[in-house]
Amino acid sequence: MNQEEQVQVLGLWGSPFSKRVEMVLKLKGIPYEYIEEDVYVQKSPRLLKLNPIHKKVPVLVHQGKSIAESLVIVEYIEDTWTTSYPMLPHDPYERSMARFWAKYADDKVMLTLWKACWGPESEREKMVEEAYDGLKYLEEELGDKQFFGGETIGLVDIAADFIAYWFGIAQEASGVMIMTAERFPKLQRWSQNFVRNNIIKEVLPPKEKLMALFKAQFGNNASNEA
Amino acid sequence: MAERSEEVKLLGMWASPFSRRVEIALTLKGLPYEFSEQDIANKSPLLLQSNPVHKMIPVLLHNGKPISESLVILEYIDDTWQHNQILPQDPYDKAIARFWARFVDEQIYVTAMKVVGKVGEERDAAVEATRDLLKLMEKELVGKDFLGGESLGFVDIVATLVAFWLMRTEEVVGVKVVPVEMFPEIHRWVKNLLDVDVIKKCIPPEGEHLNYIRARMDSLKLKSV
Repeated sequence: MNQEEQVQVLGLWGSPFSKRVEMVLKLKGIPYEYIEEDVYVQKSPRLLKLNPIHKKVPVLVHQGKSIAESLVIVEYIEDTWTTSYPMLPHDPYERSMARFWAKYADDKVMLTLWKACWGPESEREKMVEEAYDGLKYLEEELGDKQFFGGETIGLVDIAADFIAYWFGIAQEASGVMIMTAERFPKLQRWSQNFVRNNIIKEVLPPKEKLMALFKAQFGNNASNEA
Repeated sequence: MAERSEEVKLLGMWASPFSRRVEIALTLKGLPYEFSEQDIANKSPLLLQSNPVHKMIPVLLHNGKPISESLVILEYIDDTWQHNQILPQDPYDKAIARFWARFVDEQIYVTAMKVVGKVGEERDAAVEATRDLLKLMEKELVGKDFLGGESLGFVDIVATLVAFWLMRTEEVVGVKVVPVEMFPEIHRWVKNLLDVDVIKKCIPPEGEHLNYIRARMDSLKLKSV
């Protein structure tokens, strides 16, 4: 493969945003070079040059040009490698639905879940209610489909990766139980389908490492015995 | 190029930048549409039914099927009516356009809202933060007539929020957030926008708009007292 074709991903091992990009590249069978950027310790000159505006990962570098923002990157990959594993449907209306739900999962749901687990105690009840509402809409949208994308993983599944994997670990670490099998059986089933997928499971960060990270960064909220 | 009758309806609000950007896109494509002014304080059954998740405008209804979220709507319009493309064709240029659109909505808009919503030191900080973000936009415009390049594109349409909302609030708030000495390129870009018929036609009339912004700010002040 020549230099022009080479794809590089600047990422962070534990980040759901970073992993979205890797998931899509792997699903499409696109080889890439992965470069770990420990953004919490020190942002490298390379990162600052490639993403001067946000100074964050992930960043995709392709044909010498860099792109930032995980869902923008995912759509770029979709637009560039058009023959394998489509992440979006062809029909414009269905595409718009996928983009709507991807934005919903990314903007609204992820934030409310995070706040419910680790926000201030005074706001906990309200945040948990909002989290329930957010998940409820996703549960409805998923319905009986295997994935949000239908029979294959699509943009919405990728955007909701945090919900499928990270969130379960976050619940354990914080002691705040929101997405239970009783309340959200479809999302529960979906998250298992997602994390067990042959390609996805290779990309996901190890559970113990994430658990340790969450516990260390955020401490414990609910009192729970070991 | 309709094979059958195409019914396009927009649930919007005359003073909303998010609603207006959809009108700009529809007008650029020469698409006839029915505009339905929505009362946000008293949401219509149609709005609640068409956008049950967010209950917000704009909502585009195409042959009865609803699409919500202004950026999603813009992409839908471009995907469906492929003449006069709003987004660039090249995947990299498209990605950059999407990046900047998000930057306007998620960074500039959110920060600029604080200029209106806060007072005193907090407002000053918001003004500084907004200017820092705008400096990036200023850089983008060097050597270009529009953010989209030689002609109006996706990012220009989205960034009308800066040209005709943020910059208009300056008069009402009494703070020059975007002074011409600091942002000559942005000012030049606004002039370029105003030369485009579709823009002139689709932005809220200035007088009425300023009155509206003033009234909203006053009601916000009353609430915080």
